[in-house]
Amino acid sequence: MIAILDYGSGNLRSAQRAFETTGRDVVITSDYQTALNADGLVVPGVGAFASCMQGLRSIRGDEIVRERMALKRPTLGICVGMQILFSRGTEHGEHSGVGIWDARVEKINAPILPHMGWNSVVAPPSSSLFKGVEDQSFYFVHSYAVKDSVGAHPTFTEYGEKFVSAIEDGAVWATQFHPEKSGEAGLHLIKNWSSTL
Amino acid sequence: MTLSVRIIPCLDVTDGRVVKGVNFKDLIDAGDPVEMASIYGVEGADELTFLDISASVVGRETTLDVVRQTAEQVFIPLTVGGGIRTVEDVDRLLRAGADKVSINTAALARPELIADIADRFGSQVLVLSVDARRARTDSGFEVTTHGGAKSVGVDALAWVERACSLGVGEILLNSMDADGTRAGYDIGMIKAVRAVSRVPLIASGGAGSLEDFAAALEAGADALLAASVFHFGVHRIQDVKKYLSGQGYCVRTPYTE
Repeated sequence: MIAILDYGSGNLRSAQRAFETTGRDVVITSDYQTALNADGLVVPGVGAFASCMQGLRSIRGDEIVRERMALKRPTLGICVGMQILFSRGTEHGEHSGVGIWDARVEKINAPILPHMGWNSVVAPPSSSLFKGVEDQSFYFVHSYAVKDSVGAHPTFTEYGEKFVSAIEDGAVWATQFHPEKSGEAGLHLIKNWSSTL
Repeated sequence: MTLSVRIIPCLDVTDGRVVKGVNFKDLIDAGDPVEMASIYGVEGADELTFLDISASVVGRETTLDVVRQTAEQVFIPLTVGGGIRTVEDVDRLLRAGADKVSINTAALARPELIADIADRFGSQVLVLSVDARRARTDSGFEVTTHGGAKSVGVDALAWVERACSLGVGEILLNSMDADGTRAGYDIGMIKAVRAVSRVPLIASGGAGSLEDFAAALEAGADALLAASVFHFGVHRIQDVKKYLSGQGYCVRTPYTE
């Protein structure tokens, strides 16, 4: 079973449908035990860093993610759901995140923001997440990102400058883009993640 | 590694049906929005836009249903515009499965609506739709409502600048002079709006030949919206992309298993 964490952010129903294409049961939940014990947990996120982090804390989502990491249970962060897994965000002031990875989420240096639309990725050869879709484009919509290298083999994308567009680090994976809005390539990537559960 | 230009078909929906005449021949029945959205998705549309032109409450409810059904089976971004007056309207559409909303008339009447929506859902959900035409204003362009029928006495560039400062995430620029003519996008207008804005810019109105699409990009558009040339089968989305690719623009080729 895959759980999509409901902390008041994001279009959960279409995310649910996208993850259901894997053939697994998908529930939308804010229940601690359900989210902790799911085979896979998806942390979505739309909106500003601070308000998402506040929503996450209100259902103890930060604890759920840390505990799942300790138990080596797969977790996938998407967009702002990825950003809040870092230690610090800088959108509308400095805010602390869940702290899975020690890095700051900062504004992208580009003439036109948000970075909106389909962009390609450079995934490490060892990537399981991008297996079969390494040369595809995915849908991004964000103005902030992490620019330092994080984790063992991060995936990068370029828009104005190079930033981290995906991470596969033990049981915690994350994408800055929206796989649930990235057409067939995105569904393939979701299947890749689901096959590790 | 570059951001692809986006090709966006626009579907005008009323009471659950697409109304700009449709000529897909044997492909689909006359204008079911969910089916059309699905076909455009397969053909490589990078996003979809529904414009709700329903006049009644029942019609709007039906559109919510269309959005719901589409979002459950088409996994690309979906923008919905038309008749959005309040933050609650936005909330309903996002819950139904829209990824972005476009606002026009209500923002002109009450500009603070822009900030209200951006504060609650983030700028990235908010597209400012600007129906503009050439006129004797400061910039030479003015804002209209009611499909270009009414002037509201607002300079188009001043409005774009103000809306950007209030927090819109994207601009959909519709040329009322070019709309429906298939004589090309209003290149001067695209250049002028590009010069005063730093959010993504979608060009709309006037798409006819393949060269028109390239000209709009050259003028500074990030995305290209069109309705009739796609609905009437004048161009297929992949033909537009193939042409733009040949002109050196980065386009997305849809992935198939």
